[in-house]
Amino acid sequence: MPVPRVYKTVAIVLRHRKLGEADKILTLFTASYGKLDAVAKGVRRPTSKLAGHVEPLTYSTFLLARGRELDIVTQAETLEPLTPLREDLERVGRGLYAAELVDRFTPDRQESYPLFRLLLETLRRLATRDDLDLILRYFEVQLLGELGYRPQIDRCVSCEAALEPATNFWSAAAGGVLCPACAADDPLARELSLDALKVLRLLQRGGFADAARVRIAAALAQELERHLREYIRYVLERDVRSAAFLDTLQRQKAVRA
Amino acid sequence: MSPLNEPVTSAAAPVARLIEEFHKLPGIGPKSAQRLTYYLLRVPADEARALAQAILEVKEKTVLCSVCQNIADSDPCAICSNPERDHSAICVVEEPLDILALERAGAYRGLYHVLHGVISPMDGIGPEDLKVQELLSRLRSGDVHEVIMATNPNLEGEATAMYIARLISPLGVKVTRLARGLPVGADLEYADNVTLARALEGRQEV
Repeated sequence: MPVPRVYKTVAIVLRHRKLGEADKILTLFTASYGKLDAVAKGVRRPTSKLAGHVEPLTYSTFLLARGRELDIVTQAETLEPLTPLREDLERVGRGLYAAELVDRFTPDRQESYPLFRLLLETLRRLATRDDLDLILRYFEVQLLGELGYRPQIDRCVSCEAALEPATNFWSAAAGGVLCPACAADDPLARELSLDALKVLRLLQRGGFADAARVRIAAALAQELERHLREYIRYVLERDVRSAAFLDTLQRQKAVRA
Repeated sequence: MSPLNEPVTSAAAPVARLIEEFHKLPGIGPKSAQRLTYYLLRVPADEARALAQAILEVKEKTVLCSVCQNIADSDPCAICSNPERDHSAICVVEEPLDILALERAGAYRGLYHVLHGVISPMDGIGPEDLKVQELLSRLRSGDVHEVIMATNPNLEGEATAMYIARLISPLGVKVTRLARGLPVGADLEYADNVTLARALEGRQEV
Protein backbone atom coordinates (compact mmCIF):
# COMPACT_ATOMS: atom_id res chain seq x y z
CA MET A 1 0.00 0.00 0.00
CA PRO A 2 1.50 3.37 -0.89
CA VAL A 3 2.02 5.72 2.03
CA PRO A 4 -0.31 8.75 1.77
CA ARG A 5 1.08 12.28 1.56
CA VAL A 6 0.28 13.04 5.18
CA TYR A 7 0.09 10.11 7.55
CA LYS A 8 -0.35 9.46 11.22
CA THR A 9 1.38 6.87 13.35
CA VAL A 10 2.46 6.22 16.90
CA ALA A 11 6.20 5.88 17.37
CA ILE A 12 9.05 5.61 19.83
CA VAL A 13 11.90 8.05 19.26
CA LEU A 14 15.07 5.98 19.03
CA ARG A 15 17.63 8.73 18.52
CA HIS A 16 18.15 12.22 17.22
CA ARG A 17 20.93 14.13 15.52
CA LYS A 18 21.33 17.80 14.79
CA LEU A 19 20.52 19.20 11.38
CA GLY A 20 21.33 22.73 10.26
CA GLU A 21 20.64 25.69 12.55
CA ALA A 22 17.78 24.52 14.69
CA ASP A 23 16.44 21.26 13.25
CA LYS A 24 16.92 17.64 14.14
CA ILE A 25 16.69 14.37 12.29
CA LEU A 26 14.76 11.88 14.39
CA THR A 27 14.97 8.14 13.99
CA LEU A 28 11.49 6.86 14.78
CA PHE A 29 10.37 3.32 15.32
CA THR A 30 6.77 3.53 14.20
CA ALA A 31 4.05 0.99 14.85
CA SER A 32 2.71 1.07 11.29
CA TYR A 33 5.71 1.69 9.03
CA GLY A 34 8.73 0.37 10.92
CA LYS A 35 11.88 2.45 11.39
CA LEU A 36 12.15 5.73 9.52
CA ASP A 37 14.01 9.03 9.69
CA ALA A 38 12.07 12.28 9.84
CA VAL A 39 13.00 15.94 10.16
CA ALA A 40 11.69 17.89 13.13
CA LYS A 41 12.01 21.56 12.30
CA GLY A 42 13.02 24.19 14.81
CA VAL A 43 13.12 21.81 17.78
CA ARG A 44 16.39 23.19 19.08
CA ARG A 45 14.84 26.59 19.77
CA PRO A 46 13.50 27.09 23.32
CA THR A 47 10.07 28.09 22.04
CA SER A 48 9.57 25.01 19.88
CA LYS A 49 6.21 23.39 20.51
CA LEU A 50 7.49 20.07 19.21
CA ALA A 51 10.71 19.74 21.19
CA GLY A 52 9.35 18.11 24.34
CA HIS A 53 7.34 15.58 22.38
CA VAL A 54 10.19 14.26 20.26
CA GLU A 55 12.91 13.57 22.84
CA PRO A 56 14.60 10.16 22.56
CA LEU A 57 12.75 7.38 24.42
CA THR A 58 9.38 9.09 24.36
CA TYR A 59 6.30 7.36 23.05
CA SER A 60 4.33 9.85 20.96
CA THR A 61 1.79 10.08 18.21
CA PHE A 62 3.09 11.70 15.04
CA LEU A 63 1.66 13.38 12.01
CA LEU A 64 4.22 13.10 9.23
CA ALA A 65 4.27 14.66 5.80
CA ARG A 66 6.09 13.03 2.93
CA GLY A 67 9.11 15.06 1.92
CA ARG A 68 11.38 14.78 -1.06
CA GLU A 69 14.06 12.88 0.81
CA LEU A 70 13.06 12.77 4.45
CA ASP A 71 9.57 13.00 5.85
CA ILE A 72 8.74 15.97 8.01
CA VAL A 73 7.15 15.95 11.46
CA THR A 74 4.20 18.31 11.31
CA GLN A 75 2.65 17.48 14.68
CA ALA A 76 3.61 15.36 17.65
CA GLU A 77 2.03 14.73 20.98
CA THR A 78 3.41 12.67 23.83
CA LEU A 79 1.43 9.56 24.74
CA GLU A 80 3.76 8.41 27.50
CA PRO A 81 6.69 10.56 28.58
CA LEU A 82 8.17 7.59 30.52
CA THR A 83 9.53 10.23 32.90
CA PRO A 84 11.11 7.91 35.52
CA LEU A 85 13.12 6.36 32.71
CA ARG A 86 14.94 9.61 32.03
CA GLU A 87 15.46 10.64 35.64
CA ASP A 88 17.77 7.81 36.62
CA LEU A 89 21.13 7.12 34.99
CA GLU A 90 20.85 3.35 35.27
CA ARG A 91 17.46 3.42 33.56
CA VAL A 92 18.42 5.92 30.85
CA GLY A 93 21.53 3.93 29.98
CA ARG A 94 19.53 0.73 29.55
CA GLY A 95 16.74 2.45 27.64
CA LEU A 96 19.28 3.82 25.17
CA TYR A 97 20.87 0.40 24.86
CA ALA A 98 17.50 -1.13 23.94
CA ALA A 99 16.82 1.67 21.45
CA GLU A 100 20.25 1.24 19.88
CA LEU A 101 19.70 -2.50 19.41
CA VAL A 102 16.40 -1.88 17.62
CA ASP A 103 18.03 0.83 15.51
CA ARG A 104 20.97 -1.36 14.50
CA PHE A 105 18.98 -4.51 13.83
CA THR A 106 16.06 -3.17 11.82
CA PRO A 107 16.02 -2.08 8.17
CA ASP A 108 14.26 1.15 7.16
CA ARG A 109 10.51 1.08 6.60
CA GLN A 110 9.88 -2.54 7.39
CA GLU A 111 6.83 -2.78 9.57
CA SER A 112 7.14 -5.02 12.64
CA TYR A 113 4.42 -4.58 15.20
CA PRO A 114 5.72 -7.35 17.51
CA LEU A 115 9.08 -5.56 17.75
CA PHE A 116 7.33 -2.28 18.42
CA ARG A 117 5.36 -3.88 21.28
CA LEU A 118 8.50 -5.47 22.65
CA LEU A 119 10.39 -2.17 22.71
CA LEU A 120 7.50 -0.24 24.22
CA GLU A 121 6.95 -2.84 26.92
CA THR A 122 10.67 -2.93 27.67
CA LEU A 123 10.82 0.86 28.07
CA ARG A 124 7.73 0.79 30.31
CA ARG A 125 9.34 -1.88 32.45
CA LEU A 126 12.59 0.06 32.63
CA ALA A 127 10.59 3.07 33.82
CA THR A 128 8.66 1.24 36.53
CA ARG A 129 10.49 -1.89 37.71
CA ASP A 130 13.77 -2.41 39.52
CA ASP A 131 15.05 -5.68 37.99
CA LEU A 132 16.71 -3.66 35.23
CA ASP A 133 19.20 -6.26 34.03
CA LEU A 134 16.62 -9.01 33.79
CA ILE A 135 14.43 -6.68 31.72
CA LEU A 136 17.31 -6.19 29.29
CA ARG A 137 18.12 -9.90 29.05
CA TYR A 138 14.49 -10.70 28.31
CA PHE A 139 14.48 -7.96 25.68
CA GLU A 140 17.66 -9.30 24.06
CA VAL A 141 16.41 -12.89 23.85
CA GLN A 142 12.99 -11.88 22.53
CA LEU A 143 14.50 -9.42 20.05
CA LEU A 144 16.80 -12.09 18.62
CA GLY A 145 13.83 -14.45 18.27
CA GLU A 146 11.71 -11.83 16.56
CA LEU A 147 14.46 -11.01 14.07
CA GLY A 148 15.13 -14.61 13.14
CA TYR A 149 18.38 -15.01 15.11
CA ARG A 150 16.80 -17.13 17.82
CA PRO A 151 19.63 -19.03 19.54
CA GLN A 152 19.03 -22.78 19.66
CA ILE A 153 19.07 -23.85 23.29
CA ASP A 154 17.00 -27.06 23.39
CA ARG A 155 19.34 -29.31 21.46
CA CYS A 156 23.01 -29.20 20.60
CA VAL A 157 23.41 -27.02 17.49
CA SER A 158 25.88 -29.47 16.00
CA CYS A 159 24.72 -33.05 16.73
CA GLU A 160 21.07 -32.26 17.56
CA ALA A 161 21.27 -34.41 20.68
CA ALA A 162 19.17 -33.31 23.66
CA LEU A 163 21.32 -31.33 26.09
CA GLU A 164 22.33 -33.01 29.34
CA PRO A 165 21.69 -31.13 32.58
CA ALA A 166 25.36 -30.27 32.95
CA THR A 167 27.80 -27.59 31.90
CA ASN A 168 27.44 -27.10 28.14
CA PHE A 169 29.02 -24.59 25.78
CA TRP A 170 27.76 -21.32 24.31
CA SER A 171 28.76 -20.57 20.75
CA ALA A 172 27.78 -17.37 18.99
CA ALA A 173 29.18 -18.65 15.69
CA ALA A 174 27.18 -21.88 15.81
CA GLY A 175 24.03 -20.02 16.87
CA GLY A 176 23.31 -21.52 20.26
CA VAL A 177 24.44 -24.24 22.63
CA LEU A 178 26.97 -26.99 21.89
CA CYS A 179 27.07 -30.18 23.98
CA PRO A 180 30.44 -31.03 25.61
CA ALA A 181 31.16 -33.59 22.88
CA CYS A 182 30.74 -31.01 20.11
CA ALA A 183 32.34 -28.08 21.96
CA ALA A 184 35.53 -28.47 19.93
CA ASP A 185 33.58 -27.39 16.80
CA ASP A 186 33.97 -23.78 17.87
CA PRO A 187 37.26 -22.93 19.57
CA LEU A 188 35.69 -19.69 20.83
CA ALA A 189 32.79 -21.49 22.56
CA ARG A 190 32.54 -20.65 26.24
CA GLU A 191 31.28 -22.64 29.18
CA LEU A 192 27.57 -22.25 29.84
CA SER A 193 26.42 -23.14 33.31
CA LEU A 194 23.30 -25.21 33.82
CA ASP A 195 21.63 -22.34 35.68
CA ALA A 196 22.33 -19.96 32.80
CA LEU A 197 20.86 -22.46 30.34
CA LYS A 198 17.71 -22.74 32.46
CA VAL A 199 17.27 -18.99 32.64
CA LEU A 200 17.85 -18.63 28.88
CA ARG A 201 15.11 -21.18 28.22
CA LEU A 202 12.76 -19.33 30.51
CA LEU A 203 13.55 -16.02 28.82
CA GLN A 204 12.99 -17.50 25.40
CA ARG A 205 9.81 -19.45 26.07
CA GLY A 206 7.95 -17.79 28.87
CA GLY A 207 6.29 -14.43 29.11
CA PHE A 208 8.04 -11.72 31.07
CA ALA A 209 5.95 -12.43 34.16
CA ASP A 210 7.40 -15.97 34.40
CA ALA A 211 10.94 -14.77 33.83
CA ALA A 212 10.56 -12.03 36.44
CA ARG A 213 9.83 -14.57 39.17
CA VAL A 214 13.32 -16.07 39.22
CA ARG A 215 15.93 -14.59 41.50
CA ILE A 216 19.27 -14.32 39.74
CA ALA A 217 22.52 -14.07 41.66
CA ALA A 218 25.11 -11.51 40.60
CA ALA A 219 27.54 -14.05 39.10
CA LEU A 220 24.79 -15.67 37.03
CA ALA A 221 23.53 -12.27 35.85
CA GLN A 222 27.05 -11.46 34.68
CA GLU A 223 27.36 -14.75 32.84
CA LEU A 224 24.07 -14.17 31.00
CA GLU A 225 25.02 -10.63 30.09
CA ARG A 226 28.39 -11.76 28.74
CA HIS A 227 26.92 -14.57 26.62
CA LEU A 228 24.11 -12.52 25.13
CA ARG A 229 26.34 -9.56 24.40
CA GLU A 230 28.81 -11.77 22.62
CA TYR A 231 25.99 -13.34 20.61
CA ILE A 232 24.59 -9.95 19.61
CA ARG A 233 28.03 -8.71 18.70
CA TYR A 234 28.54 -11.71 16.48
CA VAL A 235 25.21 -11.25 14.69
CA LEU A 236 25.61 -7.48 14.29
CA GLU A 237 29.29 -7.75 13.38
CA ARG A 238 29.97 -4.67 15.49
CA ASP A 239 29.96 -3.39 19.05
CA VAL A 240 26.85 -1.96 20.59
CA ARG A 241 28.07 1.50 21.60
CA SER A 242 25.70 2.10 24.49
CA ALA A 243 27.08 -1.01 26.20
CA ALA A 244 30.28 0.92 26.94
CA PHE A 245 28.32 3.46 28.97
CA LEU A 246 26.62 0.69 30.96
CA ASP A 247 30.08 -0.70 31.72
CA THR A 248 31.23 2.74 32.91
CA LEU A 249 28.27 2.93 35.30
CA GLN A 250 29.00 -0.59 36.51
CA ARG A 251 32.65 0.24 37.21
CA GLN A 252 31.62 3.31 39.18
CA LYS A 253 29.24 1.31 41.28
CA ALA A 254 32.04 -1.13 42.05
CA VAL A 255 34.34 1.74 43.09
CA ARG A 256 31.76 3.25 45.42
CA ALA A 257 30.79 -0.05 47.01
CA MET B 1 39.54 5.81 -13.83
CA SER B 2 37.87 6.32 -17.18
CA PRO B 3 37.46 9.95 -18.31
CA LEU B 4 33.73 9.55 -17.88
CA ASN B 5 34.03 9.05 -14.14
CA GLU B 6 36.02 12.19 -13.50
CA PRO B 7 34.14 15.11 -12.02
CA VAL B 8 33.17 17.66 -14.63
CA THR B 9 34.69 20.97 -13.54
CA SER B 10 34.99 23.89 -15.83
CA ALA B 11 36.25 26.11 -12.98
CA ALA B 12 39.94 27.04 -12.79
CA ALA B 13 41.96 24.96 -10.32
CA PRO B 14 42.28 27.62 -7.52
CA VAL B 15 38.56 28.31 -7.77
CA ALA B 16 37.71 24.64 -7.61
CA ARG B 17 39.96 24.28 -4.58
CA LEU B 18 38.25 27.09 -2.65
CA ILE B 19 34.83 25.63 -3.49
CA GLU B 20 36.09 22.30 -2.09
CA GLU B 21 37.24 24.00 1.14
CA PHE B 22 33.98 25.87 1.67
CA HIS B 23 32.06 22.69 1.02
CA LYS B 24 33.73 21.11 4.06
CA LEU B 25 32.19 23.69 6.41
CA PRO B 26 29.06 22.72 8.35
CA GLY B 27 25.81 23.79 6.70
CA ILE B 28 27.47 24.68 3.39
CA GLY B 29 26.25 22.71 0.40
CA PRO B 30 27.84 22.65 -3.05
CA LYS B 31 25.76 25.59 -4.32
CA SER B 32 26.53 27.83 -1.33
CA ALA B 33 30.21 26.93 -1.67
CA GLN B 34 30.17 28.09 -5.28
CA ARG B 35 28.33 31.30 -4.44
CA LEU B 36 30.79 32.19 -1.65
CA THR B 37 33.75 31.48 -3.89
CA TYR B 38 32.52 33.62 -6.77
CA TYR B 39 31.63 36.38 -4.32
CA LEU B 40 35.19 36.38 -2.98
CA LEU B 41 36.53 36.55 -6.52
CA ARG B 42 34.83 39.90 -6.89
CA VAL B 43 35.82 41.57 -3.58
CA PRO B 44 38.94 43.79 -3.26
CA ALA B 45 42.17 41.94 -2.49
CA ASP B 46 42.59 43.41 1.02
CA GLU B 47 39.15 42.22 2.07
CA ALA B 48 40.03 38.70 1.01
CA ARG B 49 43.33 39.02 2.84
CA ALA B 50 41.55 40.16 5.99
CA LEU B 51 39.35 37.07 5.87
CA ALA B 52 42.32 34.78 5.38
CA GLN B 53 44.14 36.51 8.23
CA ALA B 54 41.14 36.15 10.54
CA ILE B 55 40.94 32.43 9.80
CA LEU B 56 44.63 31.97 10.57
CA GLU B 57 44.45 33.98 13.79
CA VAL B 58 41.51 32.08 15.14
CA LYS B 59 43.70 28.98 14.99
CA GLU B 60 47.00 30.56 16.03
CA LYS B 61 46.02 33.08 18.67
CA THR B 62 43.47 31.16 20.70
CA VAL B 63 44.15 28.72 23.50
CA LEU B 64 42.05 26.51 25.71
CA CYS B 65 41.88 28.11 29.16
CA SER B 66 43.52 25.57 31.44
CA VAL B 67 41.02 26.36 34.22
CA CYS B 68 37.58 26.49 32.57
CA GLN B 69 38.48 24.85 29.21
CA ASN B 70 36.86 27.71 27.30
CA ILE B 71 38.39 28.99 24.09
CA ALA B 72 40.21 32.21 24.97
CA ASP B 73 43.04 34.51 23.93
CA SER B 74 44.89 34.16 27.24
CA ASP B 75 45.42 31.44 29.81
CA PRO B 76 43.75 31.70 32.30
CA CYS B 77 40.97 33.39 30.38
CA ALA B 78 39.48 36.82 31.10
CA ILE B 79 36.60 35.33 33.11
CA CYS B 80 38.72 33.00 35.24
CA SER B 81 41.23 35.76 36.06
CA ASN B 82 38.63 38.43 36.82
CA PRO B 83 38.74 39.13 40.59
CA GLU B 84 35.29 40.76 40.47
CA ARG B 85 33.59 37.49 39.59
CA ASP B 86 32.33 35.02 42.16
CA HIS B 87 34.99 32.30 42.35
CA SER B 88 32.86 30.06 44.56
CA ALA B 89 30.38 29.11 41.83
CA ILE B 90 31.01 27.14 38.64
CA CYS B 91 28.45 26.88 35.86
CA VAL B 92 28.98 23.74 33.75
CA VAL B 93 28.07 24.04 30.06
CA GLU B 94 28.33 21.77 27.02
CA GLU B 95 29.92 24.13 24.49
CA PRO B 96 31.79 27.47 24.47
CA LEU B 97 28.81 29.00 22.64
CA ASP B 98 26.65 28.36 25.71
CA ILE B 99 28.85 30.75 27.70
CA LEU B 100 28.09 33.48 25.17
CA ALA B 101 24.37 32.90 25.68
CA LEU B 102 24.66 32.98 29.48
CA GLU B 103 26.86 36.08 29.43
CA ARG B 104 24.36 37.80 27.15
CA ALA B 105 21.67 37.15 29.74
CA GLY B 106 23.88 39.05 32.18
CA ALA B 107 22.46 37.40 35.29
CA TYR B 108 25.43 35.27 36.30
CA ARG B 109 28.64 36.51 37.92
CA GLY B 110 30.41 33.23 38.68
CA LEU B 111 32.87 31.10 36.71
CA TYR B 112 32.30 28.51 33.99
CA HIS B 113 33.43 25.08 32.95
CA VAL B 114 33.13 23.82 29.38
CA LEU B 115 32.69 20.06 28.91
CA HIS B 116 33.16 20.18 25.11
CA GLY B 117 30.34 17.78 24.44
CA VAL B 118 27.76 15.69 26.18
CA ILE B 119 27.45 12.03 27.11
CA SER B 120 25.82 10.29 24.16
CA PRO B 121 26.03 6.52 24.62
CA MET B 122 24.59 5.70 21.17
CA ASP B 123 27.27 7.79 19.47
CA GLY B 124 29.97 6.19 21.59
CA ILE B 125 30.69 9.42 23.50
CA GLY B 126 31.29 8.64 27.15
CA PRO B 127 32.38 10.73 30.15
CA GLU B 128 36.04 10.02 29.36
CA ASP B 129 35.68 12.04 26.14
CA LEU B 130 34.58 15.14 28.07
CA LYS B 131 36.43 17.55 30.37
CA VAL B 132 35.02 15.91 33.49
CA GLN B 133 38.26 15.11 35.29
CA GLU B 134 39.33 18.74 34.84
CA LEU B 135 36.14 19.83 36.60
CA LEU B 136 36.68 17.42 39.48
CA SER B 137 40.22 18.64 40.07
CA ARG B 138 38.94 22.23 40.18
CA LEU B 139 36.46 21.20 42.86
CA ARG B 140 39.06 19.39 44.94
CA SER B 141 40.83 22.70 45.60
CA GLY B 142 37.96 23.41 48.00
CA ASP B 143 37.06 27.03 47.15
CA VAL B 144 33.94 26.13 45.20
CA HIS B 145 30.62 25.97 47.03
CA GLU B 146 28.18 25.48 44.18
CA VAL B 147 28.19 23.77 40.79
CA ILE B 148 25.37 24.81 38.46
CA MET B 149 24.62 22.23 35.78
CA ALA B 150 23.63 24.15 32.64
CA THR B 151 23.68 21.31 30.11
CA ASN B 152 20.83 21.30 27.60
CA PRO B 153 17.48 20.07 28.94
CA ASN B 154 17.34 17.06 26.61
CA LEU B 155 18.00 13.39 27.24
CA GLU B 156 21.78 13.56 26.77
CA GLY B 157 22.12 16.82 28.69
CA GLU B 158 20.13 15.45 31.62
CA ALA B 159 22.10 12.22 31.64
CA THR B 160 25.36 14.19 31.68
CA ALA B 161 24.12 16.36 34.54
CA MET B 162 23.09 13.31 36.56
CA TYR B 163 26.37 11.58 35.87
CA ILE B 164 28.46 14.56 36.97
CA ALA B 165 26.26 15.19 40.02
CA ARG B 166 26.90 11.61 41.04
CA LEU B 167 30.67 12.08 40.76
CA ILE B 168 30.60 15.33 42.72
CA SER B 169 28.42 14.15 45.60
CA PRO B 170 31.29 12.59 47.62
CA LEU B 171 33.10 15.95 47.48
CA GLY B 172 30.30 17.64 49.42
CA VAL B 173 29.82 20.49 46.94
CA LYS B 174 26.27 21.69 46.32
CA VAL B 175 25.06 20.79 42.82
CA THR B 176 22.12 22.65 41.25
CA ARG B 177 20.40 22.38 37.89
CA LEU B 178 18.98 25.16 35.73
CA ALA B 179 15.18 25.31 36.12
CA ARG B 180 13.04 23.82 33.40
CA GLY B 181 9.70 25.28 32.54
CA LEU B 182 7.80 27.37 30.07
CA PRO B 183 9.78 29.63 27.77
CA VAL B 184 8.95 33.33 27.58
CA GLY B 185 6.39 33.95 24.86
CA ALA B 186 5.18 30.33 24.66
CA ASP B 187 1.67 28.95 24.48
CA LEU B 188 0.52 26.74 27.33
CA GLU B 189 -1.60 24.46 25.15
CA TYR B 190 1.42 23.30 23.17
CA ALA B 191 3.56 22.48 26.18
CA ASP B 192 4.56 18.83 26.60
CA ASN B 193 3.77 16.88 29.77
CA VAL B 194 7.30 16.87 31.15
CA THR B 195 7.78 20.62 30.76
CA LEU B 196 4.38 21.37 32.29
CA ALA B 197 5.01 19.06 35.24
CA ARG B 198 8.39 20.70 35.85
CA ALA B 199 6.91 24.17 35.52
CA LEU B 200 4.31 23.32 38.16
CA GLU B 201 6.94 21.85 40.48
CA GLY B 202 9.04 24.98 40.23
CA ARG B 203 6.20 27.51 40.53
CA GLN B 204 6.93 30.71 42.38
CA GLU B 205 4.90 33.14 44.42
CA VAL B 206 3.99 36.29 42.51
